[in-house]
Amino acid sequence: MNIKELLNERILIIDGAMGTMIQRYKLSESDYRGERFKDWPSDIKGNNDLLCLTQPHIIKEIHRQYLEAGADIIETNTFNAQRISLADYNMQSLAYEINLEAAKIARTAIKEFSVNGQPSTVNRFVAGAIGPMNKTLSLSPDVNNPGYRALTFDEAVEAYYEQVKGLAEGGVDLLIIETIFDTLNAKAAIFAIKKYFRDVKKESLPIMISGTITDASGRTLSGQTLEAFYNSVVHAKPLSIGLNCALGAKEMRPHIEELSQIATCYVSAYPNAGLPNTMGEYDEQPHETAHFIEDWAKEGFVNIVGGCCGTTPDHIRAIAENVKNINARKLPEVELALN
Amino acid sequence: MSEHIIKPYMRLAGLEPLTIRPESNFVNIGERTNVTGSKKFARLVRENKYEEALSVARQQVENGAQVLDVNMDDALLDGVQAMTIFLNLLQSEPDIARIPVMIDSSKFEIIEAGLKCVQGKCIVNSISLKEGEEKFISHAETCRMYGASVVVMAFDENGQADTLEKRVSFSERAYKILTEKVGYDPQDIIFDPNVFAIATGLEEHNNYGVDFIEATRLIKQKMPLTKISGGVSNLSFSFRGNEVVREAMHSVFLFYAIKAGMDMGIVNAGQLVVYDQIEPDLKKLCEDVILNRNNDNNEATEKLIAFAETVKQKGKEVKKDDAWRSTSVEERLKHALVNGITDFIEIDTEEARQKYPKPLTVIEGPLMDGMNVVGDLFGSGKMFLPQVVKSARVMKKSVAILTPYIEAEKEERRLVHLAAGTKNEEGSSAAKILLATVKGDVHDIGKNIVGVVLGCNGYDIIDLGVMVPADKILETAEKEKVDVIGLSGLITPSLDEMVHVAHEMKRRNMRQPLLIGGATTSRMHTAVKIAPQYDNGVIHVLDASRSVTVVSNLINTEQKPLLIKKTDEEYDGLRIQFLNKQQQKNLIPYEQAVNNKENFDWKNYTPVKPVVNGIKVFDDFDLGTIAEYIDWGPFFIGWEMPGKFPAVLTDKIFGAEATKLYKDAQALLKKIIDEHWFTAKSVIGFWQAQSNDRDTVVLQTNDGEVNLEFLRQQSKKAQGQSNFSLADFVSPMYKDFIGAFAVTIHGAKKHIEKFAAENDDYNKIMVQILADRMVEAFAECLHKKVRKEYWGYAKDEQLKPEELIHEKYQGIRPAPGYPACPDHTEKIKLFDLLNATENIGIELTESLAMSPPASVCGWYFAHPQSHYFGLGKITKDQLENYANRKKMSIEEAERWLRPNLDF
Repeated sequence: MNIKELLNERILIIDGAMGTMIQRYKLSESDYRGERFKDWPSDIKGNNDLLCLTQPHIIKEIHRQYLEAGADIIETNTFNAQRISLADYNMQSLAYEINLEAAKIARTAIKEFSVNGQPSTVNRFVAGAIGPMNKTLSLSPDVNNPGYRALTFDEAVEAYYEQVKGLAEGGVDLLIIETIFDTLNAKAAIFAIKKYFRDVKKESLPIMISGTITDASGRTLSGQTLEAFYNSVVHAKPLSIGLNCALGAKEMRPHIEELSQIATCYVSAYPNAGLPNTMGEYDEQPHETAHFIEDWAKEGFVNIVGGCCGTTPDHIRAIAENVKNINARKLPEVELALN
Repeated sequence: MSEHIIKPYMRLAGLEPLTIRPESNFVNIGERTNVTGSKKFARLVRENKYEEALSVARQQVENGAQVLDVNMDDALLDGVQAMTIFLNLLQSEPDIARIPVMIDSSKFEIIEAGLKCVQGKCIVNSISLKEGEEKFISHAETCRMYGASVVVMAFDENGQADTLEKRVSFSERAYKILTEKVGYDPQDIIFDPNVFAIATGLEEHNNYGVDFIEATRLIKQKMPLTKISGGVSNLSFSFRGNEVVREAMHSVFLFYAIKAGMDMGIVNAGQLVVYDQIEPDLKKLCEDVILNRNNDNNEATEKLIAFAETVKQKGKEVKKDDAWRSTSVEERLKHALVNGITDFIEIDTEEARQKYPKPLTVIEGPLMDGMNVVGDLFGSGKMFLPQVVKSARVMKKSVAILTPYIEAEKEERRLVHLAAGTKNEEGSSAAKILLATVKGDVHDIGKNIVGVVLGCNGYDIIDLGVMVPADKILETAEKEKVDVIGLSGLITPSLDEMVHVAHEMKRRNMRQPLLIGGATTSRMHTAVKIAPQYDNGVIHVLDASRSVTVVSNLINTEQKPLLIKKTDEEYDGLRIQFLNKQQQKNLIPYEQAVNNKENFDWKNYTPVKPVVNGIKVFDDFDLGTIAEYIDWGPFFIGWEMPGKFPAVLTDKIFGAEATKLYKDAQALLKKIIDEHWFTAKSVIGFWQAQSNDRDTVVLQTNDGEVNLEFLRQQSKKAQGQSNFSLADFVSPMYKDFIGAFAVTIHGAKKHIEKFAAENDDYNKIMVQILADRMVEAFAECLHKKVRKEYWGYAKDEQLKPEELIHEKYQGIRPAPGYPACPDHTEKIKLFDLLNATENIGIELTESLAMSPPASVCGWYFAHPQSHYFGLGKITKDQLENYANRKKMSIEEAERWLRPNLDF
């Protein structure tokens, strides 16, 4: 069954946080380096995406835990894996390779995953994760020079193109542009995806788009309202559009409701496990997150749900359990004439 | 769940969305940020004065542009670079970046450079088949990858479409390619069927206007989801330098093109004359030229040219008194505050900031000094509310300039404290006042005025807006530790809500004094109903000017107990007075009142059958017509300048200011009408009706009978006087008729919010008050048309506007919730009968206030002896009878009729 058929049938579950899970392993600088980068000139601890090359078994194990918890879609460990962000570690040249390997690891995790001793590869999908970059295209980092940009659109497209190439060649089923703070970065990612598939003369993989409303203003970091954001990215003809990160499920509710009203495609939502406490930790319990999301599902707001920062396989399990008998949001009817 | 439908509208975006629906008005695309069209803009860009160039863009937005056209096609410019710099800067200005951008260039590399800078959904202007199909597809595909809508010029490989047939066939060819080969959605395609210069003297140009209009009609017929745009100013190219003729031509052209389906156009939004207001001779000449009528041998053209020569340019020269500019910065700030001048506030504030040790001292020093002068002048009656509001605008602008510096200093101190491990004890020193319009009510003009006046006096205002539930008011008050809470409301159910808020304040053990204000509130009601609910001070405040004294006393620890004590004593007195009056009042039993009903000579009365059968909707009533019916008296009362109009303009004390205010109002009103800020909608209906000889009127509708329930006066009347009820005005013997109406003004909110965002309270309040005046005027105007045409019982009526204001006509239009029929719940029936929510978009709140707030509804009675009256107090027997008729619990009926209950 392809993903669209499945989405018409039920609410799909996307996995939870990768970073939160990696933290549990308490990895050291030398764990990050592994054998291959033991002499790398700069510190690389914290470069989570590099673990696809140095600790692939850990990444695969995390994927397995999410699959076991009930995730239908798992995301590759590539949130920062393009050359702009990797420049922080001077690892621009590894961008393609990390994406390729990350896709393969996720594919293998699905291949090896079994339920009751039976292989269960059907209806599980790998989404290639495309993050927002550490530089923004619409905002100036220099308050005295609002016209300045630390990055050009062309540079962003080039970096995303390389990432998409790695992910696609590694065998992902979907591409997910996520945690969008600045819509112009997302537009660069959309541009790169379209360009890549035009160049290789293949049909584009389905695209998921997930923006981030940063605070109570109800706008993105780059200042757009939700509907303006939607209008600005819908040309991607996405499989789904949704929101993730920054907010807990409680705070995200009105925005998801609005999106479910305006979106012609499927709607996704994977909030954080509440808002961080003063120590920057997330304490919302699995049943609490699941309770909020169950309410959205009952209201008919969503097609794909899961978790972002602070969520764990336990959260995903609780969410999957709570929404399993609830009907997915029906796609709205899109009229072809005005009257 | 009901079926969820999404319409194929064009949906653009800046920071905010712009949806173009069939019912959307003509979309103005601002043209001044175009180096080919604006010399000023071109010079600013060439001289790298981008900051100033941005102000051109801002002006366009302020003048009502909904999309901003940006063009950098100048031989002396590096277009790619200029487009990039300008759009990047523009993205950092939220007030401009709010609206979508139209990236305009004849060079595709400049277009693409622009697309790389804008996060929103843009329009590309333009692509065409000029260089062949392959290039066209490639450009279109690129535009689509950026998610832009496209303007397609009517060109092909052989040149521009200059006939009707070519305009249409080129567009069809482009449409087919875009939708079938490139994958464009039809609603993302805009055609520009070429506006060319007419009246050039060459006969082959004479039909260009007609061709554009006809092409528009045909294209919309064949491809209904697409949009039509055009560069209007090309049309009048041969009249360069003669703005009067050009503006008239543009306006006439648009009038016809919009009717044919033109959706948007590149225009100078601030410079369009209203079609109806073009001088009639000129209008006719323009129509002949544009529609190519009476134009054999260029006859019409010649006539227009001849006319143009007689039109003198309006050479305006305004001399300003600039002497104050050479005084000290303190004096300049004071002058600006007292006179409400914002022109120099930025440089003056900046100068003061550099002169004073800290930015805060600029506020505490020269700005507050200036505002104290304003306060004194206001207190002594030498300045009036409109001026104070203008002063507040200046103050707000100045404070807005200083705030970032103050914040930065605070942050610095915080970091110092943090580093030193010490505690930061500073807090805001100004007293905080929380203001809110209570739940169920949407009226807030008065509350806004109070906010401005208090704000001018240095208080920190937290305005929670309208329809605010008690919990939110009180939670915010506690969280923000406010010093005073002020509640506002206009409709009667708000009075109960205020009682509820007071009650909740006691339950929460709150300490803040509570201020009560708004049109239905009164000292008596506050004393009798609200004050007993809460012990820490409840004070009714009559108007904005008094709020200052009351608040300043309340935040002074010595004055506060004195004021509260004094008020308590005063209210005790009122309560005693109230009880005494109650006992004195002579009410008769309900049945006795019914027996004393008003009896007209029904036998000799022939009801007039309404001309309109059923209901009739007006989607967009002409604003200019409505404006003629405005009653300016309440306008001045709104601004706290009581007096009769027009006598108020020559009043000894505030005549001069009232005149200024009136001028400002007229100018804004003209703008509102010219630029169609408001949309006036209405629905009226008529039904056969008969009264039951008591207080019920039975209507015959297509869905069966509907009973309207009225209330009857119970006060003891003198011999020969009746106890009135509206039901008495409908015949109990024969088939009679009754009518209903609802009118509303849409569109004010957007402009109110815009002015609010610009800290321009003066214009914000002006728009609110004008919207209210317009809706009242609309009701008046419509009532006249009903009498003369739609019901037609007074076909020959000839009354002047002032006679209308004094209600010298036959028949009445009482509104549910007002004195003759105070029960708001009858509004629900009225809305159902008229289907008012669906037909004209008025919503009823839980307290049955109408939203938008500029809305009026009521019943029409035609009988020549029908008249207005006030119900007064009623007794329990009528309430029980009424509740029974309404199938409502006694408690609920009591709740809705509380102000009228005698028990």
